[in-house]
Amino acid sequence: MADLVSHPDEIRVVSSRFGKGATSIDRYLELDGYKAVQKALQLKPDDIINEVKTSNLRGRGGAGFPTGMKWSFVPKESSKPKYVLVNGDESEPGTCKDRLILEHDPHAVIEGVMIAGLAVGAQTGYVYIRGEYRYLVDIMRKALADAYARGFLGKNIFGSGREFNVYWHTGAGAYEVGEESALMESLEGKRGIPRIRPPFPAVVGLWGGPTVINNVETLASVPHIILMGGQKFADLGTPKNGGTRLFCLSGHINKPGVYELPLGYPLKKMIYDVGGGIAEKKKLKAVVPGGSSTFVLTAEEAEQLNMDFDTFAKRGEFLGSGGVVILDDTTCMVKFALRIMKFYRHESCGWCIPCREGTDWLEKTLVRFHSGGGLKKDIDNIKYLAQNMLGRTFCPLGDAAAIPTISIVDKWRKEFEDHLEGKPCPFEPEGAVTQLPVLSH
Amino acid sequence: MIVSEKLDKFFDEKIKEYPTRRSFLVPMLLYTQDELGYLTDEAIAYLAKKTGLTELEVRNVISYYSLLRTKPLGKYHVQVCTNISCMLRGGEEVFDHCREKLGIGHKQKTADGMFSLEEVECIGACSWAPAIQVNYDFHENLTPEKLDKVLEDYKKKSKQ
Repeated sequence: MADLVSHPDEIRVVSSRFGKGATSIDRYLELDGYKAVQKALQLKPDDIINEVKTSNLRGRGGAGFPTGMKWSFVPKESSKPKYVLVNGDESEPGTCKDRLILEHDPHAVIEGVMIAGLAVGAQTGYVYIRGEYRYLVDIMRKALADAYARGFLGKNIFGSGREFNVYWHTGAGAYEVGEESALMESLEGKRGIPRIRPPFPAVVGLWGGPTVINNVETLASVPHIILMGGQKFADLGTPKNGGTRLFCLSGHINKPGVYELPLGYPLKKMIYDVGGGIAEKKKLKAVVPGGSSTFVLTAEEAEQLNMDFDTFAKRGEFLGSGGVVILDDTTCMVKFALRIMKFYRHESCGWCIPCREGTDWLEKTLVRFHSGGGLKKDIDNIKYLAQNMLGRTFCPLGDAAAIPTISIVDKWRKEFEDHLEGKPCPFEPEGAVTQLPVLSH
Repeated sequence: MIVSEKLDKFFDEKIKEYPTRRSFLVPMLLYTQDELGYLTDEAIAYLAKKTGLTELEVRNVISYYSLLRTKPLGKYHVQVCTNISCMLRGGEEVFDHCREKLGIGHKQKTADGMFSLEEVECIGACSWAPAIQVNYDFHENLTPEKLDKVLEDYKKKSKQ
């Protein structure tokens, strides 16, 4: 059961309907549902875009691209149909928030899609949900059927004379498909291999037509922005980092859960106050700030940083997906690096050499290293390989694999050195090294 | 008819929601597999026909997606996440425990065909770790006792 938690510091916007039965369309309507889209029907497309720009809403999937700006890239005229595509492929390790939105507030996603469509001139939306989230696909199917039955979707939405259709779609297991161009490939019935950019999806997307692709949480935030006003949403966060977002606390924390906190919230408070501190009275060792694709922070770094996009961007780092993973001092960082690389190697689509070969080589090196076969030169080689993947792969998955690896080698080099010369891993209970089960596909 | 009439009709209706027939391929593959247990040669031929693709093109798509299989697995497919958030809260121990209790390893199936086991990547249950999926059902906040109960319940179901 994905149970809900709460903390007094939360400001409930996108999670305001959690636990209130809002999957029922009547309940959703009682809770101000479908008011925003009806307001948007009266607005000019540019006015909708400007409201979203004012809100400083930035992509909640991980990249943090300003949403209003993304929408403004869609050309006004298009010979091909335009689309809105919801990225519900949540698969970034540490991230479990879109799941809750789809479970508790699916109509907010539908409404967000419609408003995005009105803003850019699209009349069709697709909600792509990862294959493993079958129960959420079922919930979305019902929500869509109910919306159609009420005339909120279809040929004459809200009696406006305008048409809008939203369809559900499911994946079948692939992290890379969360990358927006691979997502489009998958929706078109192909292997999830990314596309070359430019052109970007807003100009050439699904079946060649201009496509707005946004994360579930990003779109679910939009109706709230229309109702409360962009400035009010912006003011909840920090300058240029508007609003609140869902943070998923996990790992060695006393109170794991999904909490909605303002952008800019101090990470130290998130860990010790919201999260209740480190479990079993251990010490904080490291923090993954926003999913496994982000630079791993030391405890000292984590305790100084505020959680917004620009704070991390100024460091050349990334706020990420909201997946905040807490590591205590019983964690072997070499093993952690290994498990992360196993993931990226498994999920690499295989299209480009630096990612396909780089993740494989790095995983093999880390397996050998963690099981006592490491050589001194391996430590620098691991960093060298990762640095040479960075910026050289066809899509950001290569970067996502390189980034945590580089940060772990840089910040915990001594731990790597402690594994040399066949010494058993200092963190394994019996001092003996256990081989991680090898994932095959 | 390779799939049930109901499923075939559902496919024909939904395929209209896309500008190209092949766009609905991945969901059709998954729902066909749900009904048949795995993607048989006949199922692949059926879907190739429905999408206007060659069987090779359909197999090419199948091989990309980790939920899709061309060989049968157990009736109850136990998927244990060992990615970072689950690993930190005992995911590997959950996997080892399942291996012991079921007597099978990664991607193996019990002799009676009831259970299979797989070590999987992040299933989106990080804040409720350690977690597993059995088919599509989530079982979260697992302790050794809870895990035993989950497996027992499925064992009972398998005997019915």
